[in-house]
Amino acid sequence: MPFMLRRLYRFMTRHIDGILLCGIVLLMFTGLLVLLSASNGSYVRVSGQLVNMLVALGVMWLFANIPPHYLMRMALPLFVLGCGLLIGVALFGDVVNGARRWLHVGVTRIQPSELMKIALPLMLAWYFNRNEASLKLRNYAIAALILAFPAALIVRQPDLGTALLIIASGSYVIFLAGLSWRVIATLFVAGLASLPFLWSVLHDYQRQRIMTLLDPTGDPLGTGYHTIQSTIAVGSGGILGKGWMNGTQTHLDFIPERTTDFIFAVYAEEFGLLGNAVLLVLYLFLIGRAMVITANAPTLFARLLAGAITLTFFTYAFVNIGMVSGILPVVGVPLPLISYGGTSLVSICLGFGILMSINTHKKLVQT
Amino acid sequence: MSELSINPGIEIRDSERELDRFRRRLAILGFFVLTLFSLLLLRFFYLQVIQHGHYSTLAEANRISILPIAPHRGIIVDRNGVMLAHNYSAYTLEITPSKVQNLDDTIDALATIVEITPRDRRRFRKLLEESKRFESLPIRTRLSDEEIARFAVHRYRFPGVDAKARLFRQYPQGEMFSHVVGHIGRINQREVEQLEKEDRLANYRGSDYIGKTGLEQSYEKFLHGTTGVEEVEVDSGGRAVRTLSRTPPVSGNNLVLNLDAKLQEVAYNAFGDRRGALVAIDPATGGILAFVSKPGFDPNLFVDGIDPQSWSELNGSPDKPLLNRASAGTYPPGSTFKPFMALAALFYGKRTPQQAISDPGYYMFGGHRFRDDKVDGHGMVDMYKSIVVSCDTYYYVLANDLGIDPIARFMALFGFGSRTGIDIAGEVTGVLPSTEWKMRRFSKPEQKKWYAGETISVGIGQGYNNYTPLQLASATATLANDGVMFRPHIVNYIEDIRTRDKTPIEPKPLRDLGLNPEHIKVIKDAMVGVNKEGTSARVFAGAPYTSAGKTGTSQVIAIKQGEKYVESRVAEQHRDHALFIAYAPADKPTIALAVIAENSGFGARAAAPVARQVLDYHLLGKLPQATEGKR
Repeated sequence: MPFMLRRLYRFMTRHIDGILLCGIVLLMFTGLLVLLSASNGSYVRVSGQLVNMLVALGVMWLFANIPPHYLMRMALPLFVLGCGLLIGVALFGDVVNGARRWLHVGVTRIQPSELMKIALPLMLAWYFNRNEASLKLRNYAIAALILAFPAALIVRQPDLGTALLIIASGSYVIFLAGLSWRVIATLFVAGLASLPFLWSVLHDYQRQRIMTLLDPTGDPLGTGYHTIQSTIAVGSGGILGKGWMNGTQTHLDFIPERTTDFIFAVYAEEFGLLGNAVLLVLYLFLIGRAMVITANAPTLFARLLAGAITLTFFTYAFVNIGMVSGILPVVGVPLPLISYGGTSLVSICLGFGILMSINTHKKLVQT
Repeated sequence: MSELSINPGIEIRDSERELDRFRRRLAILGFFVLTLFSLLLLRFFYLQVIQHGHYSTLAEANRISILPIAPHRGIIVDRNGVMLAHNYSAYTLEITPSKVQNLDDTIDALATIVEITPRDRRRFRKLLEESKRFESLPIRTRLSDEEIARFAVHRYRFPGVDAKARLFRQYPQGEMFSHVVGHIGRINQREVEQLEKEDRLANYRGSDYIGKTGLEQSYEKFLHGTTGVEEVEVDSGGRAVRTLSRTPPVSGNNLVLNLDAKLQEVAYNAFGDRRGALVAIDPATGGILAFVSKPGFDPNLFVDGIDPQSWSELNGSPDKPLLNRASAGTYPPGSTFKPFMALAALFYGKRTPQQAISDPGYYMFGGHRFRDDKVDGHGMVDMYKSIVVSCDTYYYVLANDLGIDPIARFMALFGFGSRTGIDIAGEVTGVLPSTEWKMRRFSKPEQKKWYAGETISVGIGQGYNNYTPLQLASATATLANDGVMFRPHIVNYIEDIRTRDKTPIEPKPLRDLGLNPEHIKVIKDAMVGVNKEGTSARVFAGAPYTSAGKTGTSQVIAIKQGEKYVESRVAEQHRDHALFIAYAPADKPTIALAVIAENSGFGARAAAPVARQVLDYHLLGKLPQATEGKR
């Protein structure tokens, strides 16, 4: 019997990275605590989220067991499927809240931009890996096109937030693949130079939105309201916080979407600067471990994919926290591993599953 | 791969270098991560240490809440200040469904305290289906002081139920103005999406209502006003205890119309119990003086969501009270088309005024006998007589001589078959027949072809001709104004309630048709003749002013009556429509109008008397005897 148990244990843990898992579980646990407070002590959402977490961990285990070269084979088909679905959305998608993001597939509906979040870095990593022997400027240009096509479709939906995140994840791959500094500098200067032009072609209402980002008090009834209230929550938390379940902003309904995108406001109000520092350290711990895995990945494909997953995870955390504390625009990005919601949890854990796979399969090959 | 086998050493060194570069880049990104996280820490330090006092004050001592304050909607008055749409304050009883355990029980319990009719319940159900669970929805409106007091006593029993002071929209003139003033109603999901798309949603935070039809809809942007903001301090229970700052709302602008409410009333009542429409226009400006579609409906029913029963009564009525006959109903113009046909003949040089034909009482074309009203014919008929006695034969021949496309080109100048651009929505184009129109309209090849015989009946305003009363009135006004056409508009000016600034809706000349004044004079003289010695002479007998007119009778084919006929009405609904166009005074017109009385027979009998009453009131201030003192 102990033999059977040991085999089962080994089967379960063979491809799991203990350090990553430890960080993930700590963050998830924090998330459950905050969620309990954010939903005023009701266990309905908490238990729902617990189920989501178990599912996400299952997905993580599954992907940790898939060797990277299987993923490599999936890259092109997944990307083509993702683009096809995005085109489908543009043509036949459902309009929800003024944006066309959802596509009916049989009985359910899906948001293909979610799929793109993983399909695009996968595709780019595959593409660079394929041309590894002779990477020329032309290859980077093609990579930029691969990035631009789905990004443009998502901008059109319109879903500027998701588009920017996807552009970021693709840019990380291109940067890591070794795009020369001279090109980067040129692009940077060109981007700065075209800003006045971009501003002039924007619609009045788009300019208005940008102005609201810079000065949220200008639109206290619209999106500014979120920022004003969440900033108050963070600021009033002080150094030690108001204590778990004691945030007034949270419990008096001032923080909108406080279980999902704005959950960090709840956390910051109740746990203060100290809690925030701990949270950042937890994230850094995960990111650091992921970077180590990235640096030691055996192939260019694995390195680029691992790098993209790591940096995208960081970007989500940074953009969300930045938005809640009022230094970044309000875009619909959940706080990774903490916000309520299954989709985000699953896609984050899927990424970590791939990281674990990259790390552990390399070792198997070596031994 | 082949290089690898030839010289593995280089390849490995290469990939070592690649790996080094990759790790350098990764390190740069690691630095990037640390930098941005430090930025966050700095921000936290700023918010939670340096500004902590400030935010604590906001959050702890002053738990502020930002509340929208809905602006007062602008009022709508006629040219003399008669109120057509205004607001009054009253209490409503509202339920927030998400805060209530059992809706039915709550409503039953409420019903023991204040009166709740089955109609209130039905309306509430309908609202519930259309809205989100956390919106508060009215179960009862316009509560009396006594009811409010009773509810206040029992309030503790009803969590999620509140009495709120609200502004209500009221339309004191009721059904008479239902189609022109329109009404507001509760904002639905589609409108929310539309507002969001136009980035106007924030301004509707405190608003429950939006213009749905008529002027209320087309001038929504002016009427609504700007929502104010109030920052209030709330206690731990969330109740407002003190106002911190207040940006007052800016009331919506008022609309002052060209419409004369009294004239509208005279016209509306002049129809008696007939269905029909009347549009009266000031020819010199295009200002709409009266805009009647009868029967109307009570717009007040729609403000808080109409209950399903009243809705199906209105929607299912064979009289179609919801149809705006004046601009969305189309009718063949019948003989009112003849003055324009005669003008076309002069325009194209196909007739002189003196040129006469002999009318045997019919016109033979392609083996078909087109009959005149008068069996024996009118004898020798020139242009003047053709209009005064309304001779059909003259226009059969003329139509054939002109041909359908020249007719269509000329009539298009007067706006027949196209929208006038009036300032309310829902206007239809009608049908100005031409060979091109028929090509587009029909799909089968044999139907696409225009047959010469079809031109003949177009000449007397029948056939495919189909126009709105508004188009007919606008064309008449254009003729009265010697060929200068104005865009018809209902609103005279928009008034800013604070500054009293008036923004006039400028009279907008659409085009000068550039017609020969001599030609116009011929037609105008003949139309004066109609009221003096012609088909409507008896109706206008004894009028102390000179007027011009033209009667018309049109066969019923246009307006789609519901598929389900009420048996006893069938005969009536097949009767002809009576039409009349007129303007006065003949030498310097201040009013031009078109009247249609559905299924009422000859124009002279049913429609001309309506016009007479309207002209009498407009020019003489004289109220019609029969209806005086009725309202």
